[in-house]
Amino acid sequence: MSGHKVNNFVLKMANVNGTGSASANGLVSKAIFRMGVPMSAKNFFPSNIQGLPTWYEIRISGDGYRARAGQVDVMVAMNAQTYKRDVAEVCSGGYLIYDSTWPWDEQLSRDDVTFIGVPFARMASEAFTGSRIRILMKNVIYAGALAALLDIDMAVIKQLLKDQFGDKQHLIDANHKAIALGYDFAKENFDCPLHCRLESDSKTDGQIVIDGNAAAALGCLYAGATVGAWYPITPSTSLMDAFAGYCNKFRSGDEGNRFMIIQAEDELAAIGMVVGASWNGARAFTPTSGPGISLMSEFIGFAYYTEIPAVLFDIQRVGPSTGMPTRTQQCDILICAYASHGDTQHVCLYPANPEECFEMAADAFDLAERLQTPVFVVSDLDIGMNEWACPEFTWDDARRPDRGEVLDAEQLAAIEKFHRYLDDDNDGIAARSLPGVHPKGAYFTRGSGHNKFGGYTEDADEYQEVLDRLKFKFNEARHRVPAAVESGAHDGEVGIIAYGSSDGAMIEALDRLKEQGLDAAYLRIRGFPFGSEVQKFIDRHEVVFIVEQNRDAQMRTLLMNDLGVRRDDLVPLLHYSGLPIYADFIVQGVLNHLQQRKTA
Amino acid sequence: MSHIAKPAARHPGQPVNKLGFSERDYEGGMSTLCAGCGHDSITAALVKAFFELDIEPHRVAKLSGIGCSSKTPAYFLSASHGFNSVHGRMPSVVTGANAAERSMAYVGVSGDGDSLSIGIGQFAHAVRRNLNMLYIIENNGVYGLTKGQFSASADLGSKPKKGAPNQLSPIDPVNMAISMGASFVARSFSGDKDQLVPLIKAGIRHDGFALIDVISPCVTFNDHDGSTKSYQYTRDNIVETIHTDFVPPRQEITVDFASGEVTSVRLHDGSHMLLKKVDKAYNADDRAAAISYIQHHQAEGRVVTGLLYFDGAEPEFHQVSGTCQEPLRDLPHNELCPGSEALAKLMKGYR
Repeated sequence: MSGHKVNNFVLKMANVNGTGSASANGLVSKAIFRMGVPMSAKNFFPSNIQGLPTWYEIRISGDGYRARAGQVDVMVAMNAQTYKRDVAEVCSGGYLIYDSTWPWDEQLSRDDVTFIGVPFARMASEAFTGSRIRILMKNVIYAGALAALLDIDMAVIKQLLKDQFGDKQHLIDANHKAIALGYDFAKENFDCPLHCRLESDSKTDGQIVIDGNAAAALGCLYAGATVGAWYPITPSTSLMDAFAGYCNKFRSGDEGNRFMIIQAEDELAAIGMVVGASWNGARAFTPTSGPGISLMSEFIGFAYYTEIPAVLFDIQRVGPSTGMPTRTQQCDILICAYASHGDTQHVCLYPANPEECFEMAADAFDLAERLQTPVFVVSDLDIGMNEWACPEFTWDDARRPDRGEVLDAEQLAAIEKFHRYLDDDNDGIAARSLPGVHPKGAYFTRGSGHNKFGGYTEDADEYQEVLDRLKFKFNEARHRVPAAVESGAHDGEVGIIAYGSSDGAMIEALDRLKEQGLDAAYLRIRGFPFGSEVQKFIDRHEVVFIVEQNRDAQMRTLLMNDLGVRRDDLVPLLHYSGLPIYADFIVQGVLNHLQQRKTA
Repeated sequence: MSHIAKPAARHPGQPVNKLGFSERDYEGGMSTLCAGCGHDSITAALVKAFFELDIEPHRVAKLSGIGCSSKTPAYFLSASHGFNSVHGRMPSVVTGANAAERSMAYVGVSGDGDSLSIGIGQFAHAVRRNLNMLYIIENNGVYGLTKGQFSASADLGSKPKKGAPNQLSPIDPVNMAISMGASFVARSFSGDKDQLVPLIKAGIRHDGFALIDVISPCVTFNDHDGSTKSYQYTRDNIVETIHTDFVPPRQEITVDFASGEVTSVRLHDGSHMLLKKVDKAYNADDRAAAISYIQHHQAEGRVVTGLLYFDGAEPEFHQVSGTCQEPLRDLPHNELCPGSEALAKLMKGYR
């Protein structure tokens, strides 16, 4: 390793799932964050409850980079099943900490890595009684050892334990004991701190650590969503868990719950419930993942055609089919945009981080009710389930939900006759009524052919008139979805388009490219249908890359379809292993392509 | 679904209910089902029941799935909110609608294909949630719109118009619902308006899931010799177990049944159901006994009708969820959004 890495390295824990390592790992990452050092933490976990390998990777970056680094400096190897690959992953000059209760297989050793043996299991069994507590405390002991080795502030750790366990003094005592065991052992036996170490800073002031699903749930709460229907599916489950937690905190009382969360029998029912509740005037949503979107497609088309608002969160995971449920991808771009049979198109929002999950969740309800159509918040496992440091969320108390064109009892009483699909003001949107509000508001909602009056029709012209208005309405959405944001060079020849969770890697890649003499422009797409700024960006650059986390360049297809961009005008850089994309992948992809162009 | 508009002409001497509506105000468009279809009789019974219950039509939501039965919401209560959803998924839409607005009346109309094949999952879970709604299955044993295939409720050995007799055991929604914990389960016959109307009224007023499985012969595809869902077969084999009458709130209860044991059951809104046991051996409050009785008669080819199971104490959907009384959709924003100060405080927990 060349020189010291202060506040700039990657710490990775290799564990066995179901052994309680998450709380020890969380303690370490939170302590780093509270020391004022920017960090982001990612879980790489199996689709399993107990016994399989799981990893927790903390990117410590004084520069504030939030993406995966693509290499590991310090590995805590607590799982003998994966020793071999864990050793291989450590970069030259790095460290590997292992449990020396058992002899180390010298065949696994590397000359360019420092091996640090700590007898975690022996210390845990000597200091604690009971098999479960020993397993748990073994993890806390390595957290203590890391505190010494990496120079983590012990006062911060103690405060965290106090915050976490409150008045459960016996738990605080046990954790203190374990921390001290690891800390003292490391101090006595090794040259602390290592070359990779921490130094207190103030760069996380005004920041929080939160996952995207909790952030989205908070957005739903603040938007005034009252009905949540769902079917459990990884990686979206924590969104509804978080929503339930917030509702219990803020919307419960003696008068009863001001929310209804329905665990549906399947995704088909979950979306049916959302459609029913939205039809009846509540703000309703469902969180799901790709397989759920497949199942919901019939109702999504129904809601599109009958013009019923619906908010769907697709926390994307690796497909096709069951795929890899605990790995990340951006592979539902097309299905979200076009879900269901017939001519359907859907508004999509692409958050890049938890702060946008919060904002876009709230925006999605406004858009869905304004446009009377399903709106997708297309997140992914990386954003949804990993812990991100981000600015504290804020809320404007003057903000009121946009409930769209809904006629109240007074308005209904004043009109001669209500026609559900009559667009009086030519904005593509027809005013709706809510059931039970006024006798004049009654109409028949049907997925079968209907005319602008809401009546059943099999008449060619009447059918087409409604379908054309839907197209017109969708086009209007271009101006309403969040615009793409541009950064980087203003007058370069190279432009890069990305979206969603690729943002972290993109920001870092732009800096790396600049170091290598390439000043590229970056456009981050945030909504579909695309605004004119996307077309302008593509037109302005000689070479345009599109960075995606799927195999088939789905966003490119969407751009071609929606804007008429030529396929060859967009060079795809595709990362679809299931692990989050990292900067170097983009840097190498861009440089390689430009090199090829030169030689061609 | 298709319907033919009815002329608006109205007889001035038509009787009106307490709200001043005539029965005509509870009708819908003209049916486009086959002449003589059992479903049209059920539609007529619904019209009569809602008229007699003095319910404002616009406070009713009528929902359905896909199929002949699901077309019928267009033929009653044209002043109500209709929702013709996707095949077999009406229960989930009612669940969401009811979650949003608990004070309206919800009636779902489905068929044996819609509820017992493609929609059996949603049907089962609506029962399980004790969703406050009236759920009518217009049961004819066949798929009419696709021209006469057997449905999952076709009886073993029932003969189709063409081809071989049915060899698969039927799924019986009544047995299913009772065994899954339904709180109000009835069976009736489209040709028995005297029985059907009070059952519908009681089902609407019941605070929970009310299932009425109505044998409704398909005159085009399943009304011939050898069919077990024909008018003739049903009339020949019907066994009324408990006769039901419905008495609205504040109306004097006068027992006009000639004889037998009569029980009065008070419903949530103060109305009463009068239950007269036609067969004294029958117990409508004992799940196991009810199932055993129904299955015994089924084995003999008899169709047991009436209110077959009732439990007025079972908590319904909202009670189980602990929802507030005010409909969720009507809650003002400030009761839903905790505001900036609460958010700032919450953020401290994420440090």
